[in-house]
Amino acid sequence: MNSILLLEQAFNGLQFGLMLFLLAAGLTLVFGIMDMINLAHGSLYMVGAYLIAAITAATGSYWWGLAGGVLGAGVFGAVLELSILRHFYQRDHLSQVLGTFAILLMCNEGVRLIWGAQPVPLNTPDMLAGPVEVLPGFFYSSFSLFIIGVGLLVALLMYVLITRTRLGMQVRAGAANREMAMAMGVNVSALFTAIFALGAALCGVAGGMLGPVLAVQVGMGESILIVAFVVIVIGGIGSIRGAFLGALLVGVIDTAGRTFMPLLFSRLMSPEAAANAAPAVASILIYLLMATVLFFKPRGLFPTHG
Amino acid sequence: MAQTAEPVKVGLLSTLSGPGAGLGVDIRDGFQLAVKLAGNKLGGRPAEVIVADDQASPDVGRQTADRLVKRDKVDFMTGIVFSNVMLAAGAPTFASQTFYISANAGPSQYAGEQCNPYFFSASYQNDNMHEAAGQVVQDKGFKRVALIAPNYPAGKDALTGFKRFYKGEVASESLPALNQLNFGTELSQLRPSKADAVYIFLPGGMGINFIKQFVAAGLSKDMTLFGPGFSGDEDVIKAVGEPMLGMFNTSQWAHDMDNAANKKFVAEFEKEYGRLPTLYAAQGYDAAQLINAAVRDSKGKLEDKAAVRKALEAAKFDSVRGAFKFNNNHFPVQDYYLRVITKDSKGRVTNRMMGAVLKKHADAYASQCKMPG
Repeated sequence: MNSILLLEQAFNGLQFGLMLFLLAAGLTLVFGIMDMINLAHGSLYMVGAYLIAAITAATGSYWWGLAGGVLGAGVFGAVLELSILRHFYQRDHLSQVLGTFAILLMCNEGVRLIWGAQPVPLNTPDMLAGPVEVLPGFFYSSFSLFIIGVGLLVALLMYVLITRTRLGMQVRAGAANREMAMAMGVNVSALFTAIFALGAALCGVAGGMLGPVLAVQVGMGESILIVAFVVIVIGGIGSIRGAFLGALLVGVIDTAGRTFMPLLFSRLMSPEAAANAAPAVASILIYLLMATVLFFKPRGLFPTHG
Repeated sequence: MAQTAEPVKVGLLSTLSGPGAGLGVDIRDGFQLAVKLAGNKLGGRPAEVIVADDQASPDVGRQTADRLVKRDKVDFMTGIVFSNVMLAAGAPTFASQTFYISANAGPSQYAGEQCNPYFFSASYQNDNMHEAAGQVVQDKGFKRVALIAPNYPAGKDALTGFKRFYKGEVASESLPALNQLNFGTELSQLRPSKADAVYIFLPGGMGINFIKQFVAAGLSKDMTLFGPGFSGDEDVIKAVGEPMLGMFNTSQWAHDMDNAANKKFVAEFEKEYGRLPTLYAAQGYDAAQLINAAVRDSKGKLEDKAAVRKALEAAKFDSVRGAFKFNNNHFPVQDYYLRVITKDSKGRVTNRMMGAVLKKHADAYASQCKMPG
């Protein structure tokens, strides 16, 4: 019975980790290559989720919603980059933080104006609504398995894109040494827009996966943004491989902590005290992980800058 | 009678954003419907309802309540959904001698030693629905029940209330954070707990997500799901749909209750908003009716606090629940019913009333209340 619990936690951790990777991939590229802190990154995830929910409601098909919403999020990201964000590249980090925080607030208000303050419904497609018997006696949600599949597929595509294509080569060059890449003739401004649109589309995918599991609501991007920053700091800023491993690490540790801390604490103290202490300790585990990694590797697991 | 043109001001502070927004919206809609049906009047005087959002945050709730009683000088306060917000907003409200008429939150703190002359619950005491549910689960012969409730005052009241009437074994107890939406951890612990029934008190979006994930994980085949009315009401049904069929839940109200006041309320609510009312809407409606009666019976002299209090305590209004009276601690003494989610004659998935579980039920804290005269 216990092995099933462990297996289920492994699946849950993998699912959470892969979603974090989708969010962290764009963030780490933008931060690494453009040296730009974008606090509005979580808003792209929110906008993507809302678009998916709206298109799903209009067409009656989750798949159309997913396709349209991911595309919409990518376009939204590109427009944001072309119109506002590119003016921040030359500014210091404080201006970027202030500017993108303003965009985050405007996105929240914009969504509230259009869709209202209440969460909008987004349900899993019917074919993925039930459980699947993974092993005898172990049932797992088919939509969660679908999320894991999509996450792995996207990670694979990213790997191919970064290591096997011209665009990927330019991205790696930009992350390692931006001035040198520009001197070698990389069209940096077009590259930046492309990266931003790609990162935004990945946020849209995450919105479509997590929206039905959690809730599509105003401010959904904030909580996840902080965790995404933790992931890229652990992985090494600018590194896709680092983002992938960091995301899986954070996902598994966070999930395991939330499950096993209460079990551990309830052995040590009264249920009342355990109910208060265990979640508190579980929620700081990922920050302890970050501190530990930075202590031994101050630039993260896979630093990109030479 | 020159005073009659003065409007009666009500501060309706409720949760209108985030996962609990559906609850606040229904309280607001129910309250405003009652005011509208009274000709936009309360006790014969023009009504002014100031609506504000507490964002389910105790801090925001306290600040906004403070503003409503000091700046807007409201005569009555109502609307709060969550007990943690209620306990935070209560202090400034009572300090300014403003009557608070609860349309939902009924924390045990205000029912016992800390009972307050300015607090009236037109809804229930937090433990009550769970007490009725505990009785139902006990009567149906379940032996091992897993309990899940959020880690906040009403969550603790819920489990206390359930265990007061359920005498069997508790397989496990989980206290997720309020407004947690992913229940992977709780579900993975349910599986090995070998429970034969699961009792959830998860209001608003929490319950919607839990039930969806519970069904998706395939647990609904081995465990019977029970909840208070909050976890099986129209807001949850609308979001989850067919998987809810057959779920038992307990409440002091049901939309198919057979009394004239309720028939009128349900029909008017459907006409106005195009959906079936939830118990939150019924509580909002009754809160407005109670204020209406109090203004009327105190002859509109709202500055005479003793007269208003007496009028409130008398509660001379036709509650949609039928019989309704206040206990010494200003909490209701009322019946609690069992409801089951089925398809009605129109093919809609909705609740059907099964019958009373607890008759003329008072809360467990009233004896500790020494209500100041």
